[in-house]
Amino acid sequence: MRLTLKDVAYSIQDTSIIEDISIQIKAKQFVGLIGPNGSGKSTLLKTASRILKPHSGLVHLDGQDLYELSPKQTAQEMSVVSQETALTFDFSVREMVWMGRHPHKRLFQSDTKEDRMIVDAALNRVGMNGFKERSFMSLSGGEKQRVLIARALAQEANIIILDEPTNHLDIHHQLQLLDLVKKLEVTILAALHDLNLAAMFCDYLYVIQNGQVVSSGTPETVLTTELIREVFGVETEIKIHPITHKTHITFLAHV
Amino acid sequence: MEQLLPVRSLKKGDNDDITQERLIERKAKRRFQLLLLLFFCALVLSITFALTLGPVKMSPITVWKIALSHLPFFGDYIDVNWSQAQERIIWDIRLPRVLLGAVVGAGLSVVGVVIQALVRNSLADPYILGISSGSSVAATLVILFGALPIFGQYALSLGAFIGAIVAMVAVYLLAQVGGRIQTTRLLLAGVAISMILSAVTNFIVTLAPKESGIRGAMFWMMGSLAGAKWEYIMIPTVVVLVGTFYLLFHSRSLNVLLMGEEAAATLGVNIDSFRKILIIISSLLTGTVVAVSGSIGFIGLVVPHLVRLLIGTDHKRVLPFSILIGMILVIWSDVCARMLLAPQELPIGVVTALCGGPFFIWLLRRSSYSFGGGSK
Repeated sequence: MRLTLKDVAYSIQDTSIIEDISIQIKAKQFVGLIGPNGSGKSTLLKTASRILKPHSGLVHLDGQDLYELSPKQTAQEMSVVSQETALTFDFSVREMVWMGRHPHKRLFQSDTKEDRMIVDAALNRVGMNGFKERSFMSLSGGEKQRVLIARALAQEANIIILDEPTNHLDIHHQLQLLDLVKKLEVTILAALHDLNLAAMFCDYLYVIQNGQVVSSGTPETVLTTELIREVFGVETEIKIHPITHKTHITFLAHV
Repeated sequence: MEQLLPVRSLKKGDNDDITQERLIERKAKRRFQLLLLLFFCALVLSITFALTLGPVKMSPITVWKIALSHLPFFGDYIDVNWSQAQERIIWDIRLPRVLLGAVVGAGLSVVGVVIQALVRNSLADPYILGISSGSSVAATLVILFGALPIFGQYALSLGAFIGAIVAMVAVYLLAQVGGRIQTTRLLLAGVAISMILSAVTNFIVTLAPKESGIRGAMFWMMGSLAGAKWEYIMIPTVVVLVGTFYLLFHSRSLNVLLMGEEAAATLGVNIDSFRKILIIISSLLTGTVVAVSGSIGFIGLVVPHLVRLLIGTDHKRVLPFSILIGMILVIWSDVCARMLLAPQELPIGVVTALCGGPFFIWLLRRSSYSFGGGSK
């Protein structure tokens, strides 16, 4: 499933948040969005996932206009995992993941054996099968994120959009979560804060600054000392790490 | 990391795990069905008991015989061994009152559940959208100044309903920005409209020509089932039934709504239209219920919390349970309202608040229920 954004713009009260952004994500690619706070990453993800309607420009899913699909059809193709969920009322882990089946259920349809199998498989996949009856609110941050990933999996969508999914997680759980996502074999669009993690996991990066794409390409080509100084205002040393063979950034000082 | 992503091979142990899980799930389901049955029996007993109580005591058997004798088919098989007076007390006075109580209780509880899901706030109750204050204005006008004489004996109910709808439309329009309803605006618009209309009600009361009328108006505002008639039951029953069925069919979407606006949208709920439908349904339900019973407080706030404490948050279960418990609570509150100071009557709202308040405080002090506050 391909996701294409063409000349997408969004503004709040005459202040432009993102301007004419074009992005292409090929099937099964892991694409990262990086950029400083307030650069428009979240807004871009929200326009891509239909939470915000862009004021101009087009969002296409496999060549079809996103806004010609119903919300249900969109949710069958695309799922979203955001930073954290503030719940008002508590649900069990099982109930949370079952919600992923919502876009696939018609009005009078009851829950089937197949749904149950999908939910179980999703929970298995994230290693949360033993937590089914636990209350969602009682889980740790990392466990909550894994449950939300399971919900996205139960949605059986071909694209998963992640908005800084590793916020509030320690390094172990950050790696665990991204590793899990990477192995899913679906198209991923993720906004990431940590440049080293972005370098480790992403196939392709878009760098956003002041609501515009300033650079794009593979992590090795995009992540240069010049670009990071320009965009983030930080002096760095960049090497290919001998063990991971990935781009590794050492931060030296802010400019 | 590997141990977290186990490659599932179907060993014998796994199968055991799965059957174990199924057993637990089945057990949970059976517990739910059992509870449902239990509360249904409690409802039938409550109705029976409420019918037998009053200045004229009657046996439960006579009470049911009288009630069933009016059914088209059963009626032919029941021997009439009761007096005309007994018949009138049960059929014309007590039965409509008890049934009205049941419908009102069901309606208020369902709306309480929906409103709390809609605004994702555990403090919300059916009156938060200003509906009861709208009907109060109309009701005081009818009671104190005999407004709407063209509607005859239905002036009070119809007036109250119209008042509710006017208030609802005002709140709805105020909460709308660019075709979308914003939760905070909805709540604040509800509060603002409530305040304004309460002031108008108070103003009307101070202008009242007769002292006795003020008592009547007060009584109505605190809620009462004393005026129950068969004609009052039909419309609220239909409205509550239709509304409840719609909500039951959309219980999945209600669950998803609790995930928050953005998450719900990405899970396939058409959030703008679903919200509007929910507002309209809860307003219509509240409007019709308030029109026949005044604004009975606390039921719509307490019942959803009580039910979630018992069986969790899944709306597929919360809705039927809320209906049963709401019915039972209102029937008993009305029994208290009739009996406590007999032959005087108390407004039922006084009873629900006096009994519900302490119960709510008890619930508040329990550490295991979080009231949607987040942390346990």
